[in-house]
Amino acid sequence: MPTKTTCPSSQVSDDEQKQKRENIRSLTMSGHVGFESLPDQLVNRSIQQGFCFNILCVGETGIGKSTLIDTLFNTNFEDHESSHFYPHVRLKAQTYELHESNVQLKLTIVNTVGFGDQINKEESYQPVVDYIDAQFEAYLQEELKIKRSLFNYHDSRIHVCLYFISPTGHSLKTLDLLTMKTLDSKVNIIPVIAKADAISKAELQKFKIKLMSELVSNGVQIYQFPADDETIAKINASMNGHLPFAVVGSMDEVKVGNKMVKARQYPWGVVQVENENHCDFVKLREMLICTNMEDLREQTHTRHYELYRRCKLEEMGFTDVGPENKPLSLQETYEAKRHEFYGERQRKEEEMKQMFVQRVKEKEAILKEAERELQAKFEHLKRVHQEERMKLEEKRRLLEEEIIAFSKKKATSEIYQNQSYMASGSNLKKDKDRKKDPGYRFELLCFDVRACEINGGRKDAEEGREGPCTMGWP
Amino acid sequence: MDPLRQSASPCSSRPSSPKTPPCEMLGYVGIEAVLDQLKIKAMKMGFEFNIMVVGQSGLGKSTMLNTLFKSKVWKCTLPGLAMPTPQTLQLKSVTHVIEEKGVKLKLTVTDTPGFGDQINNDKCWNPILGYINEQYERYLQEEILITRQRHIPDTRVHCCVYFVPPTGHCLRPLDIEFLQRLCRTVNVVPVIARADSLTLEEREAFRRRIQHNLRTHCIEVYPQKCFDEDINDRILNSKIRDRIPFAVVGADRQHLVNGRCVLGRKTKWGIIEVENMAHCEFPLLRDLLIRSHLQDLKDITHNVHYENYRVCRLNESHVLPHGPCWVNLAPTPPGPSVAPGPSKACTQAREDSDDN
Repeated sequence: MPTKTTCPSSQVSDDEQKQKRENIRSLTMSGHVGFESLPDQLVNRSIQQGFCFNILCVGETGIGKSTLIDTLFNTNFEDHESSHFYPHVRLKAQTYELHESNVQLKLTIVNTVGFGDQINKEESYQPVVDYIDAQFEAYLQEELKIKRSLFNYHDSRIHVCLYFISPTGHSLKTLDLLTMKTLDSKVNIIPVIAKADAISKAELQKFKIKLMSELVSNGVQIYQFPADDETIAKINASMNGHLPFAVVGSMDEVKVGNKMVKARQYPWGVVQVENENHCDFVKLREMLICTNMEDLREQTHTRHYELYRRCKLEEMGFTDVGPENKPLSLQETYEAKRHEFYGERQRKEEEMKQMFVQRVKEKEAILKEAERELQAKFEHLKRVHQEERMKLEEKRRLLEEEIIAFSKKKATSEIYQNQSYMASGSNLKKDKDRKKDPGYRFELLCFDVRACEINGGRKDAEEGREGPCTMGWP
Repeated sequence: MDPLRQSASPCSSRPSSPKTPPCEMLGYVGIEAVLDQLKIKAMKMGFEFNIMVVGQSGLGKSTMLNTLFKSKVWKCTLPGLAMPTPQTLQLKSVTHVIEEKGVKLKLTVTDTPGFGDQINNDKCWNPILGYINEQYERYLQEEILITRQRHIPDTRVHCCVYFVPPTGHCLRPLDIEFLQRLCRTVNVVPVIARADSLTLEEREAFRRRIQHNLRTHCIEVYPQKCFDEDINDRILNSKIRDRIPFAVVGADRQHLVNGRCVLGRKTKWGIIEVENMAHCEFPLLRDLLIRSHLQDLKDITHNVHYENYRVCRLNESHVLPHGPCWVNLAPTPPGPSVAPGPSKACTQAREDSDDN
């Protein structure tokens, strides 16, 4: 099993060597100075600040996550059961405030809702990973701010992930293996066997061995309880051998002997939660809360968060070492990036300007073309119109000439008439006979040229006034 | 102090978090064991403390340090003929590791020989401010690395003890200038040095006058009023503020008084016991610096002074991206020096500008 902590002896010699290098002397004091109260000062400050602990429970619906958390912290957090029919995996976070003597704990429980319920489970673990990353991201953003307030910040990063394995007795499910493999570099994982009262003791032992060997062979790094401090090394080391813990959760109380204990009652017996022979619940509570809470938080901050931060910053393009292997500060990288960004933006602006100008030109050309066409049409029409007018003028002229010719004829014929009267002598029967004499009858039909004339004029009007008239001798 | 910091108290306020319903636990869970875990972790990691003493020569700075830590912090305290008084202000630092009852403390002491000793002491605070800012800069550079160390070595000055010569009158212009500039950058604790030359009444009068001077010039010394958390803190700190500046006497020789071995100064008219409250207020200083407020000094340095420095520094050179949207502040024209001058650090709050 891979251990994550260095052994104590090497650390001490490292310190000594470092001291020698830095010319630090060890001083002996001749009296009592009084700084052994330093740890107490630190503890007092932490008490005032309050503690914060975030647990993520990953497991199938109905495996007993909420019940176990209730039992761990000895409260009734939430009542209702989740449905099995969610289309996607969601994460639900709830924060509670717990007090014990003078310690205030802000506990956040994050549950996966709908994990393992879908028919197609490919997307099951992605929401979990995304949630964990989002918490790291929020902390990173706060840390990178110029005006930040880290001491005031509610730390929402997940400190421990309790992974619930269902008690089949065989081996890890594929989904479990995949999920744990994805999560092991992001969070401290403690696998637990849920509903452990479904397995007998002998089967349990074999199951545990099988599980651990599977985890090891697949390279999943679960959280190892730290064994570098003498006070807790022994107990932690022995606990490491009991992983994964087989737990039973229950808030119901059953009378056993003469006291009430938390247990599950079956027709064939009573499974007591806090009995070490029955399940490992007490071990889990001991390890999780009483012994290693601080270490879990520290691991999250110094290992998982730093890893995330390093990856994220490198992704953004920052490095510590420049191209010539000289140490490159974030500032230089940032300036370079900013230049690049500005240059890019400038270029894009130019491009857009060019495109705009071009489009305008095109549009102008089209419009000009249209204008020219219209102009040509207009000219053409005008010409046609002109021609028509000339034709009509021609016609009118001819007509007028005819009229003149005719009126001349009329005049000459009248003269003839008069002359013929005079020639006929003293014709007393002029007037009377005129009526009886058939005489010449001139019927002159004047056409109304008003309709043919386009141009109005006095001449036309006059002639028109005459109307169709017959000039005839009665 | 920076009014931007006055809204939230820096060291031990409740973290702002979502609305949380308080829950009743039905039995003992064992959460308070986390306190022991904290203690174990702290003892394993050890503590660091950096203290700086500033004052003219001959005021007993080195002796005071020796008395505080009951050991020869400085190898020799009397300027012999071999060591001439320095012409300019120098800063000497020495680091020790001391252990008491399993608690390891890495102590770094910085002395400033030559402060205020020249004829023209104009801007003699600049090297000191430069040194303090340099430590902040070092920490900042470590903090913004991509691959950070697990534990960033803390060389920032946590406390600066300023020695006021016992004239008995009031603060001198040099004192006022220095304190004004320094109280914005670091925690300053002024003390009346060589208080054995003043009688008790003179001490009281001197103290009142100094307090009046501090108030007039808006100099906030440690413990700052604006960082008081709650009523208990305020009561405790008010008592301390009432006695600041402490009238102290330093001694590193032991003498026999009434059968007891005490640290003291022997004179023809008696032995001045350093740890006797009736004689001088050294125990108060020691308690403040070491026994009760050491963690607080470090917290204020980290949460307030360092953050102020960081804000000024980042605003000047736009070192870090501001969140996911890469919003750029109006870039300042590249000035001649990137590192801010000592007076530029955290001048946001003050209306009176520092002319350099």
